[in-house]
Amino acid sequence: MYPKDYRYTKEHEWIKVDGANGTIGVTHYAQHELGDVVFVEMPKVGAQLKARQSFGTIESVKAVSEIFSPVAGEVIETNPALADAPELINKDPHGGAWLIKVRLADRKEASALMDAAAYEAYIAGQAKEHSA
Amino acid sequence: MSYKSTEIESPVGKILKAREHVSQNEGLIFEKSAPGKRGMELPPLDVPVLDASKALGKEFTRDAVEGFPEVSEIEVIRHFTRLSTWNYAIDLGMYPLGSCTMKYNPRVNEFVARLEGLATEHPEQPAEVSQGCLRILYDLQKCLLSITGMDAATLQPVAGAQGELTGLLMIRAYLQSQGNPRKTVLIPDSAHGTNPASVVIAGYEVKNIKSNARGQIDTDHLREFCTDDVAALMLTNPSTLGVFEERIAEIATILHERGALLYMDGANMNALAGVTRPGDFGVDVMHLNLHKTFSTPHGGGGPGAGPVLVKKGLEPFLPVPVVVQKEDGKFALDHSRPQSIGRVRAYCGNFGVLLRALAYILAYGPGIRQATEDAVLNSNYIRKKLEGVFDLPYNLPSMHEVVFSDARQKKHGVSTMDIAKRLIDYGFHPYTTAFPLIVPGAMMIEPTESESREECDFFIEAMRSIAAEAETNPELVKTAPHSTRIGRLDEVAAARKPVLRWKPEEGGSR
Repeated sequence: MYPKDYRYTKEHEWIKVDGANGTIGVTHYAQHELGDVVFVEMPKVGAQLKARQSFGTIESVKAVSEIFSPVAGEVIETNPALADAPELINKDPHGGAWLIKVRLADRKEASALMDAAAYEAYIAGQAKEHSA
Repeated sequence: MSYKSTEIESPVGKILKAREHVSQNEGLIFEKSAPGKRGMELPPLDVPVLDASKALGKEFTRDAVEGFPEVSEIEVIRHFTRLSTWNYAIDLGMYPLGSCTMKYNPRVNEFVARLEGLATEHPEQPAEVSQGCLRILYDLQKCLLSITGMDAATLQPVAGAQGELTGLLMIRAYLQSQGNPRKTVLIPDSAHGTNPASVVIAGYEVKNIKSNARGQIDTDHLREFCTDDVAALMLTNPSTLGVFEERIAEIATILHERGALLYMDGANMNALAGVTRPGDFGVDVMHLNLHKTFSTPHGGGGPGAGPVLVKKGLEPFLPVPVVVQKEDGKFALDHSRPQSIGRVRAYCGNFGVLLRALAYILAYGPGIRQATEDAVLNSNYIRKKLEGVFDLPYNLPSMHEVVFSDARQKKHGVSTMDIAKRLIDYGFHPYTTAFPLIVPGAMMIEPTESESREECDFFIEAMRSIAAEAETNPELVKTAPHSTRIGRLDEVAAARKPVLRWKPEEGGSR
């Protein structure tokens, strides 16, 4: 379910590091909790992001949620497909529905985040908390 | 003639209430249009005909208004009367929309608002001939200050969210006057969605603080977050879980020791009025929603009223004008407030709404305390009767509302939204779904004090019946409502691809 080569945050974003750049999106767990996504608000290309800074919002039928950047960096691309088809986030959160690409301020920063196994354990704990 | 019983058979036996929905459908007024139909007939002209385009100039005249419906008087009357029967209203039955406090709007409020001399007053009248209206505003302020334990008030904001912004701007002005407006405002994860929006508009950054497992603010967590950069904590008490913040005094102390302020969102004041006062437990700034706690109507987006109340130190920053009583006993509008954040609304806000709130408060007097107690009693009665049927994620004493979750029904594929839609078939307005966000599948029920035990019982029976249906016939619930003119709407498509305008070439087929 959760790609092994991605890193994950507690706020349910993922980042895939590729050399000097990173691709950022939200996790399957996040899209499931959000429900049907109806609108995505993106940052401008060129925006400078700090780690854990909010860079946009995802609106679902339930709520509007902020998206936080897992790492520091400069936005170099946003996903053009999401403007017309926000439902992609529900269908393909780890692939076609990536949100932004950033030029990393620090190539090593992402390695401090959770790996797939740690994230899966984390969301299992969250689900338990909810049903307790 | 035979009396038509409202009893229906349900999975849990005969239950007492099910209201049939008015099923007559109705097109748009544009679709009723036909050339030449009209609602009035003018007598023949007895003066010479004048060419309007010559008299006014061609650019100011037109021959026809494109798309303007041509209909007769009775068609207009029927159209709007039929539409009015589609509304579900508190005057038809219980409206348990949690967090919104949909209480009865007493007729005495409406009577007072229509009194000649009040209904016909104009805000441009000089103060000398507006003494009555100014006194009404002044007295309402006094009542609200006495209920909340605060020191000064503005009645200008016309919605809760505008009250939030006004309060935050006053906090900013206050801190600025001390040399540093600071940078962040803390907001618990159970907050109303308007809180972070108001904070950002006021120029602050939002920092979320998490609730602990009991749905309360974690004071250790707060201590850690409360740096010298924090301007305020914005808190709803009771929280959106309908639970009182037990450590509110300690929370206020933590903030005050750091020079930060405590803002209280008064959305849930219906659980406190007449019993405890925010001013006494450390709140510095708060707003009230008169259309919730004080029984003024919830219109479709307004008019509302969101007065802001502050402690003494923030008084110089109130919006102008401020209603004051002079030494000779006369009332006046004070505009000379050099530290004021300025005006936030024309005149003194929505006077007609403020007037209704005062009528409500004076009609109850000290009885406001009993209204609060009855609201809490009703919500706990419903909670007790539905515990064991629905999952209760936070098992703390409920105040004026109770939050269940759909965890048990989810096993049969039935969600909070499905149950809410099915409630329509039982003759009730749905409860609030999916809020607060910290409860997955939330079902937020607020009966208010307006409901009798009988009406609460009707609701409880409906909910028990739906829970039974979720087990035995989940499809019935998942495809509800079944008694309305139009079935389940595609809310996702409506949000993704909204169609906001009727166009004859796209609709119009009749």
